[in-house]
Amino acid sequence: MSAPTAPNPPRTLLPEGAQLSAYMAGRHRAGWLWQTLFLLATCVGILALSALLYNVIDSAFGFVAVVEKVDAATLAERPLSELTKDELVAILQANLSRGAFNKLEKDQPFADRSRENVLDVVYERVVQLKVEASYTLTASLFNRAAIAQEVAADFPDAQLEWRSWLTPQFLTTPMSSKPEYAGVRTALLGSLSLVGLTLAFALPIGVMAAIYLQEYATKNWINNLIQTNIYNLSGVPSIVYGMLGLAVFVRTLEALTSGALFGVTDSNGRTILSAALTMALLILPIIIVNAQEAIKAVPDSFRQAAYGLGATKWQTIWHHVLPNALPGILTGSILAVSRAIGETAPLVVVGASTFITADPDGPFSKFTALPIQIYNWTARPQAEFRNIAAAAILVLLAMLLTLNAAAILLRNRFSRRLY
Amino acid sequence: MSMINVATSVAARAADGEAGDHSLAIETRNFYFYYGSFKAIHDVNVQVQTRKITAIIGPSGCGKSTMLRAFNRMNDFVYGARVEGEVLMHGRNLYASEVDPVEVRRRIGMVFQKPNPFPKSIFENIAWGARINGFRGGKADLDELVERSLRGAALWDEVKDKLKESGYSLSGGQQQRLCIARAIAVKPEIILMDEPCSALDPIATLKIEELMQELKKEYTIIIVTHNMQQAARVSDFTAMMMLTDDGKRSGTVIEFDDTQRIFTRPKDKRTEDYVSGRFG
Repeated sequence: MSAPTAPNPPRTLLPEGAQLSAYMAGRHRAGWLWQTLFLLATCVGILALSALLYNVIDSAFGFVAVVEKVDAATLAERPLSELTKDELVAILQANLSRGAFNKLEKDQPFADRSRENVLDVVYERVVQLKVEASYTLTASLFNRAAIAQEVAADFPDAQLEWRSWLTPQFLTTPMSSKPEYAGVRTALLGSLSLVGLTLAFALPIGVMAAIYLQEYATKNWINNLIQTNIYNLSGVPSIVYGMLGLAVFVRTLEALTSGALFGVTDSNGRTILSAALTMALLILPIIIVNAQEAIKAVPDSFRQAAYGLGATKWQTIWHHVLPNALPGILTGSILAVSRAIGETAPLVVVGASTFITADPDGPFSKFTALPIQIYNWTARPQAEFRNIAAAAILVLLAMLLTLNAAAILLRNRFSRRLY
Repeated sequence: MSMINVATSVAARAADGEAGDHSLAIETRNFYFYYGSFKAIHDVNVQVQTRKITAIIGPSGCGKSTMLRAFNRMNDFVYGARVEGEVLMHGRNLYASEVDPVEVRRRIGMVFQKPNPFPKSIFENIAWGARINGFRGGKADLDELVERSLRGAALWDEVKDKLKESGYSLSGGQQQRLCIARAIAVKPEIILMDEPCSALDPIATLKIEELMQELKKEYTIIIVTHNMQQAARVSDFTAMMMLTDDGKRSGTVIEFDDTQRIFTRPKDKRTEDYVSGRFG
């Protein structure tokens, strides 16, 4: 044996030494690149959302140039806001024609009206506040001097006022043809009753169908076909459901949906009931698919344990599958409700009213809904309608968030599982 | 309906003098089991003795669990499951068309591989089985049943102060004993155990094994286990399962005998190889 030579390092195909550290750096760089990409994607989403909110809020608040057709100071010795109800009624009587005054009395006797209500009427009918120009929030904040100049030049009589188009009053007053006095009360109530009624139809049917498909239906081609079609149905454009609702609920089943069968005589098929049934069809696939997923996620070991104790299928479903699937089912209905609140197209087809001042008073009444109202207002030429449309959008968003929060609270309550 | 049928049939057969061996808890005759066209179990004939522990051992994938689940018709839920032959309990075929599988499972309880308490309180875990099976007693009776079941599963002293807590607040071994308590609360005749200790540590395993010795005073136990020492320690009889030689990957019982004989003087060479650790 000769002198020991350094043993040949075993040949390896994997990088070693300097090669390895270069390779590691390359791998980390790739990882960092992807991470940055994901962050950017998230930023784009947040940016889009912020732009949307900015756009809405920008129109909902800002300066307005208000003109009083009759100077409020000339009506009485004290400011209007300090007058009693009787004094305000006297002003109305003095400044309105007898016919107009009687009509107001007929709408609602002055004896029954509150002081605030009479004050509003005075402003609307006598002082006749009119918004001559409105400015965006951005302009109002950063360009105040230019606005003041412009108003002074263009509308010498006008006063520059800060105005929030979204006020408590906006929520409680019905529709009006003047944007200054219009509110979303009817639309808000319409949307709420529509969503409530829709869920009342869609939730039980959807959950029951999901239970059948998931727990009872055997694997065969008919059930596969049904399953595939439910997935497809959730992608059908909403206008198609609108057409279906018009044909079936508004026309064919008019006797039922107008309430004629129940002794309601003053309506046609274009009722909340028709719209809710249409909307229920629209969200049914969403509810079924989500409920199925929730049921599928219940661990099979619970079912096995129940069966092993001699439980029937129904006992197993009722005591174990459904309670454990409930949080997921609720999450699914959140999605469905969000969709139902925002849908406009089917309501247009089914015949939601665009101008209605009476509150909905049951399933057989005419109705309007927030998205319809917003759509209608944005289509008007006067700029002020766009301001109240923005305010209505804020109401719609708030309503959406409230309902979702309620559902999430409910879900968390139910999902406070024991393990 | 079939509960009464089974009872009368037992009485009738006893009167005829053909009820046979009263020490038999359950018996299979020429039993075959299929998943669709796949034959999982091939021609099994075993006689399980009352109030004894019978172990089913064998290499992975030889159909031990399928065989165990065939005893209380838990395989009914598997799509395409089908049987041939008979599983006889008190002389009556459990797979006869007039037998209600729900009632079979009520009388043949089951403990699973992974502890699977319900996501409910410890009390409710025990009480639920009784309730759904039409327990007629009042609150005091239910309390008593829960205590008796937990004592029966050697768990009472550990949980008596926290019956309202979740079953999942317990350790793995305690959870498994809770599952055993849950099973005995509905008073089954036979308890099937599907590798009940495979997810447990040695101390918890020992507790379950001791518990099984207590339980066999009242119940017949059939246990599937991968652990041959466990089979040798706890069981009175052992069924050795193995795939058939025909290349169709069906499992069958190649030897069924006293545990002692299986582990000391097996008749079949394959059993000897398996229990001595030469393969498997």
